[in-house]
Amino acid sequence: MSEKIFELPDVGEGLVEAEIVEWKVAVGDVVSLNQPLVDIETAKAVVELPSPYAGVVRACHGEVGDVMTVGSPLFVVEVAGDTADTADTADTDLAPADSASSDDDGSAPARRTPVLVGYGVEQEDTTPARRRPRASREVATPAPVATNTVAPAPVGLAPRSTPPVRLYAKQHGLDIATVTGTGRDGLVTREDVERALTPSTPTAVMGRGGSGAAATSRFVGRDIASWRDGPLEERIPVTGVLRSMSEAMVRSAFTAPHAAVWVRVDATRTVDLLASLASHPALAGVRVSPLTVVAMAMCDGARHYPGINSSFDDEAHEVVVRRRVNLGIAANTPRGLIVPNVKGADQLDLASMAAQLNELVDRARAGTTTPEAMAGTTLTITNVGPFAVDGAVPVLPPGTGAIVAVGRIAKAPWVVDDQVVVRHVVELSMSFDHRQIDGALASQFIAHVGRFLEDPALALLLG
Amino acid sequence: MEDNEFVQILTPEGQRAAHPEYESSLGRDEVFGLYRDMVIVRRLCNEATSLQRQGQLALWAPLQGQEAAQIGAGRALQAADFAFPSYREHGVAWCRGVTPKEMLRIFRAVSTGGWDPQTYRYSVPTVVLGDQVLHAVGYAMGVQRDGAHEAVMTFFGDGASSQGDVMEAFVWAASFNAPVVFILQNNQWAISEPASLQTRIPLYHRAQGFGFPGVRVDGNDVLAMYEVTRRALDLARDGGGPTLIEAYTYRMGAHTTSDDPTRYRVDAEVEIWKHRDPVERVKALLTHEYRMKRAALDTVTEEAEAVAHQLREDVLAMDSPDPLTMFDHVYATPHPLVERGRREMAEFVASQGR
Repeated sequence: MSEKIFELPDVGEGLVEAEIVEWKVAVGDVVSLNQPLVDIETAKAVVELPSPYAGVVRACHGEVGDVMTVGSPLFVVEVAGDTADTADTADTDLAPADSASSDDDGSAPARRTPVLVGYGVEQEDTTPARRRPRASREVATPAPVATNTVAPAPVGLAPRSTPPVRLYAKQHGLDIATVTGTGRDGLVTREDVERALTPSTPTAVMGRGGSGAAATSRFVGRDIASWRDGPLEERIPVTGVLRSMSEAMVRSAFTAPHAAVWVRVDATRTVDLLASLASHPALAGVRVSPLTVVAMAMCDGARHYPGINSSFDDEAHEVVVRRRVNLGIAANTPRGLIVPNVKGADQLDLASMAAQLNELVDRARAGTTTPEAMAGTTLTITNVGPFAVDGAVPVLPPGTGAIVAVGRIAKAPWVVDDQVVVRHVVELSMSFDHRQIDGALASQFIAHVGRFLEDPALALLLG
Repeated sequence: MEDNEFVQILTPEGQRAAHPEYESSLGRDEVFGLYRDMVIVRRLCNEATSLQRQGQLALWAPLQGQEAAQIGAGRALQAADFAFPSYREHGVAWCRGVTPKEMLRIFRAVSTGGWDPQTYRYSVPTVVLGDQVLHAVGYAMGVQRDGAHEAVMTFFGDGASSQGDVMEAFVWAASFNAPVVFILQNNQWAISEPASLQTRIPLYHRAQGFGFPGVRVDGNDVLAMYEVTRRALDLARDGGGPTLIEAYTYRMGAHTTSDDPTRYRVDAEVEIWKHRDPVERVKALLTHEYRMKRAALDTVTEEAEAVAHQLREDVLAMDSPDPLTMFDHVYATPHPLVERGRREMAEFVASQGR
């Protein structure tokens, strides 16, 4: 004798739950194979569930009106049959053997119950085939190897991730169980894996059992010693790029009253447009990125709202409106943060803008940016997306009216025509000098930039 | 029925009915054979429905009520003929020798077909509505070009009769006088849409517009189905071209296991059709005209139980295939896109650690 648990199956192609309409049996009733035990109502239909076992009903889970989740136990039948049967036959598992995860009580079988008159019980050659997958699953857990200090977690406890990310981690020899997930509900994202693969990041240090703790990291334009190896206190001279950055930030922060606005934008069309442009001959050798489109959008915004392209001249008691955009791009270089600009950016088409931005960034990274390239910035972009953040409240480069931070572009639920759909969403956050620019103008400008990203093709056409 | 041209030679009460053109050519043993077929396919269909409810099949399309239409047509086929079903023709599959185990493989999602069509001269289930009708006509045109003395048969329903594919197939069959027999099982319901919404004339009248004969048969009369189909197949083999046979029948159960027919049709209608049951009328004929004993009939019931029992055993023992085999038969020759899909699937499977 053994008890078999019947779990609510998906009776209708992708259903997740069902409501109990009527129990046709009670605990203690003797039931035969395929005898209707319960009526359930799914989103699609009211259906009768026939018993896969012959025997005695030992439990009925759920009252009439209860909504049961697919996979949850619905009833238990103690199967009639001799001991040999119950020991040998395991072919009544409710899920296919290779996917059985919870129905694992191992014994049990109603199959042998002779419901037929005049026919012998069938050969039991099916049993080994049914048991094989389970056996292999039991031995599948290898002894933890030295480089992998985390034993494979049981299903359900393993870090949640997506198949492409798991594949990515596997291809790079990283056990995803060692990665700390920063996504929603602890989901391990691709960025988490990338961080874990970059030796200098804290995640990787933790994940590799301290083996990476000796790595150095970059700070204020130089390599500094690791947490473990460095002195308890370290003093670094403020020189060079660090000095100019710090002075500029202080000057800006304590002269221009900063205020901020931000907007979330559906950038799917931008992403699609860039994908379609990627192989266009006119753009051969030029990398057009979402940042390029933001640059175009900001120049367009400045044409519509010239006040945004302005600065406050403290000494002259004047506000200076400039009808030429020198578009600064904040570049994170090995030596620190510098902001070269594209001169006359409002005059450029998409391809030229992309080429000039690329060149500026390349020069900045190579350390060949000229002082002239950093002078006269009127509007600035800072791209915080690569750091996997959504937004920032950036500090204005001195003498400029506005700076826009571009967050990461990530897929997110978005409402289109009252339907929640997956779109590429980006946040644009902008700091502005509140001395001459008010919240209304700032909002109009950032909204304009946002609309540009939402339909870049139209915006580029209409110029 | 309301139509005078309705071919019926066995009434729901099991009485012979005279028809000016058709009479039964079958003797006692042959009629008993048809009875056996119908009882067995009904029983295995019940078992399949139970297996689906128990989580062992992803889906099932029950045939109850349509046994005579399928067995009559299926038994009229000759060995060399070729048939193209939709997804409910388990009775025809049975007649072609497809094993119940093979029939259920696609419904358990362990196969994209279930059997080798050439083995049984019977194609695999086609779920895309009406597709198989074009396949059949194309095959029939091939038969013509081979000069083979074979006929082709295809099955579709009242719902699929509204598909463009079916209309095109009719055009081609007529234009080339292709040796094909169209079996339209009008089971009155295209899921939840009644046949009256599909057409303003009897469906078999449509054949006239395409220029080939159409005939409506009592689809619950296995003797009539057999005789009408046999004649149509003979006509096709002998160069007489296509025929449309509308088997006027009723789907007693749900469209599929995902469907709840009580939501769109009244019980009274089902009750009416219970009195037209295809199996009971043959049982009555065997009992009253051929004086067969209860015990003889019971052997069939027992055999059906054994078939159902074996089917359950076989389904529970099915192994899941290697996921990569799903790419094996997309095209006859390697195709770069399919190979890319196979590679990506392999990577995905590998990423699952299985």
